[in-house]
Amino acid sequence: MEKKIILKLSGLTRRFGPVLAADHIDLELREGEVLALLGENGAGKTTLMNMLFGEYIPDEGEVLVRIDGELRPLPPGQPQAAIEAGIGMVHQHFALAENLTALDNILLGAEPLMSLRRNLAPMRARVERLMAASGLKAPLDERVGAMSVGERQRVEILKALYRDARVLVLDEPTAVLTPQEAESLFQSLRAMVAEGLSVIFISHKLHEVLAFSDRIAVLRHGRKVGEMATADADRARIAAMMMGEEIAPPERPPARPGAEVLALEGITLHGARARDRLEDVSLSLRGGEIIGIAGVSGNGQSALAALISGLRAPERGEIRLEGRALRRISPREMIRARVGRIPEDRHRDGVVGAMSVAENLVIERLDDPHVQRLGFLRTRAIRENAERLCRAFDVRGPGVEAPARLLSGGNIQKLILARVFDLSPRVILANQPTRGLDFGAAGEVGRRLLEARERGAGVILISEDLDEILALSDRIFVMHAGRLHEARTRDRARIGLMMAGHFEDETAWGGGLTAQTAGEARP
Amino acid sequence: MISIEPRRKVSRAARLLTPVIAALAALALAAIPLAFAGAPLGQAYTLMFTGVFGSVFSFTEMLTRATPLIFTGLAAAIAFRAKLWNIGAEGQLYLGAMAAVAVGTGAIGGPGWFLMGLVILAGAAAGALGMLGPAVLRTRFGADEVVTSLLLNFIILIFVQMMLEGPLKDPMGLGWPQSEPILDEAMLPRLMDRMRLHAGLLIALMAALVLHVLLARSSWGFRIRAVGENAAAARHAGIGVNRTLLGVALVSGALAGLAGVSEVAGLKGYLTADLSPGFGYAGIVVAMLAGLSPLGVVLAALFVASVFVGTDSMSRAMGVSSFLADLVVALSLISVLVGGFFTRYRLVWRGKGARA
Repeated sequence: MEKKIILKLSGLTRRFGPVLAADHIDLELREGEVLALLGENGAGKTTLMNMLFGEYIPDEGEVLVRIDGELRPLPPGQPQAAIEAGIGMVHQHFALAENLTALDNILLGAEPLMSLRRNLAPMRARVERLMAASGLKAPLDERVGAMSVGERQRVEILKALYRDARVLVLDEPTAVLTPQEAESLFQSLRAMVAEGLSVIFISHKLHEVLAFSDRIAVLRHGRKVGEMATADADRARIAAMMMGEEIAPPERPPARPGAEVLALEGITLHGARARDRLEDVSLSLRGGEIIGIAGVSGNGQSALAALISGLRAPERGEIRLEGRALRRISPREMIRARVGRIPEDRHRDGVVGAMSVAENLVIERLDDPHVQRLGFLRTRAIRENAERLCRAFDVRGPGVEAPARLLSGGNIQKLILARVFDLSPRVILANQPTRGLDFGAAGEVGRRLLEARERGAGVILISEDLDEILALSDRIFVMHAGRLHEARTRDRARIGLMMAGHFEDETAWGGGLTAQTAGEARP
Repeated sequence: MISIEPRRKVSRAARLLTPVIAALAALALAAIPLAFAGAPLGQAYTLMFTGVFGSVFSFTEMLTRATPLIFTGLAAAIAFRAKLWNIGAEGQLYLGAMAAVAVGTGAIGGPGWFLMGLVILAGAAAGALGMLGPAVLRTRFGADEVVTSLLLNFIILIFVQMMLEGPLKDPMGLGWPQSEPILDEAMLPRLMDRMRLHAGLLIALMAALVLHVLLARSSWGFRIRAVGENAAAARHAGIGVNRTLLGVALVSGALAGLAGVSEVAGLKGYLTADLSPGFGYAGIVVAMLAGLSPLGVVLAALFVASVFVGTDSMSRAMGVSSFLADLVVALSLISVLVGGFFTRYRLVWRGKGARA
């Protein structure tokens, strides 16, 4: 029997100035159904969900929710009405008070305002029942500020469930999770869906969408361009719908590795948390090759990136660039040695958002006589440089004099790529370079990295996306518990096992590793 | 239902007019305490106005009062641009004044231009050193410079009092805790006959101009802006964050020290422990009113000085408390902050079912 429609969006339209962010979009959601919303950045997914939740007022169209057995329109622009109608929203950027405990966050706003005493026991019991029923576990008495991203997300979902959500909207729920956390999230959601919860989730990751959803709706340029049952869908077709054209994975011609450009030897970094530690890491990167470093996030990748970026100096071990040992280690030394760095958090480490695109493009070469003369900035040269690079790297935005924060995530990444390539780098460190980017922008990043390889640069690609690693890398290493292991296989399952910490003797060691490390091989 | 929405575009005119409107609003709001004090409003405002613009003398008095405020305002503005919170301009001002007295009262001899230069340099250097301590503590140990620089004010003030009772005390001062006078030839020259206005104003204006150019056009200014706006990205890009902060600390402290030099070697002639009626703290208000722009600091300092001088003369003539001046300055700061909010956001009133 066909399940009842619980939510219906009819003709939702929203303009931002001249931009039509959502153009007469219709969607239906049934009880106990998982609907995946797919689309490139800027396709209108988040706009649509914000209208559903009452955060934006639609210019046209309405949101209908089944209340007491019939579909009724929600008053526009009132999140409170959406919450009362049983819609729960989990934003990509969480809306939690970091200085409060998980329990307080869940109860916040759902408690009677005027009572003097808080009777926590029954509310706490209810939250605990919800945790048991959904399988979403969170430490209730811990401050949210001290929690991991995965825990915060569970608190957000519990917050929605506590308000009797019947429809849960998740905006890119897995963008910040490790594969394990994502898997456990999906398990919990499946259990809740079986109990009658309906879910709309927004995602870039096709394999998740295919594995978890019942139905897929694809948005492009603010319009719904396709809708299909997940059972009938396949990757190529969806990608084509999103992009409006067939996209081919980047071609990777055979590598022609040259001389060694970067060597790490017996590097040890101490740190309070596991993610900050490196244990006896050795690696040899040659010009003209891409080394992919796979691994579950938090296993030392950020420590490795900080090391190669020059942000941290090793407690033990040596870094050699083109055979020359580095004595001082700082970002400046790395830039001088032509190491291009694409940081993981581009908004925090990559750009100064308040400064202009042009200034951000020269921020790494302030001593360069092309940028300044006698300490004074050569404004015209800086602007021309920016115009040239923005053309070459297709950085789109309101202009080179506009603050970088006005650029979209994909364009900020292109800005950083332009800056890195402008150094004519010998080594490129790309840390999660495509995270949060849509297909188009991610493909561009991949093509640029391969282009750098063709020019003879050595590339270190750190990514949680195994597909990306497999598509781009000439050699693959796996990072686990601060150690680096070469995977002498391209087999997804065996690499997955290594990511989880299971090593087979013959695959664990060798290749670019030095004898020193190999000597310590564990069974 | 009222909701707050960010404005999509903020016009240049709106940004430039906001402080002006805020200043006028603050003056209008001052009517409330004035009415409470029982002053006839029309007369009070007239007296405030003529107290500043009524004669050449009153106008130069206002400029004289603005001079130290420009220095301390610049000291705060440059530091705050780098997100280095120097709250210690008051102490650095006294350090500058003390150094000026130490070298300018006859301990060192020489021609007038030499002594004048020496007084200025010594004051700037002493102020710079005064901010170096908090800055080093911040960059080395992460100690919050808000706390360290603020508390240092009190230590320095007590130190000044001690020095004025001891080594710096003027033996001819009839027992008053004051220093010997600075030699006439080491004093900053007066700009006009029979007026107190002195060359400190010119130095202040020049400092504002130089700072403006450096911030906007030099690679040093670039580094300061980058460190202030996003220290993590600046560090990643190879900018020496600590080095930049230390440089900013020295410049900021030197500017505050110059405020002391200008007061002691331009105006008073000798050092007392009540040299500054809080110029260091008022400089923070001036910098905020100016939106941390060096040229804006000049205008903001003129406004704050006008309020002080105008209210002073009004309150003397009408017998109301001169604390009104502090009140108007505080009101204008609040008005600017509120005004700044409304240039970035707008309130939207929504009835039930209404559409934006």
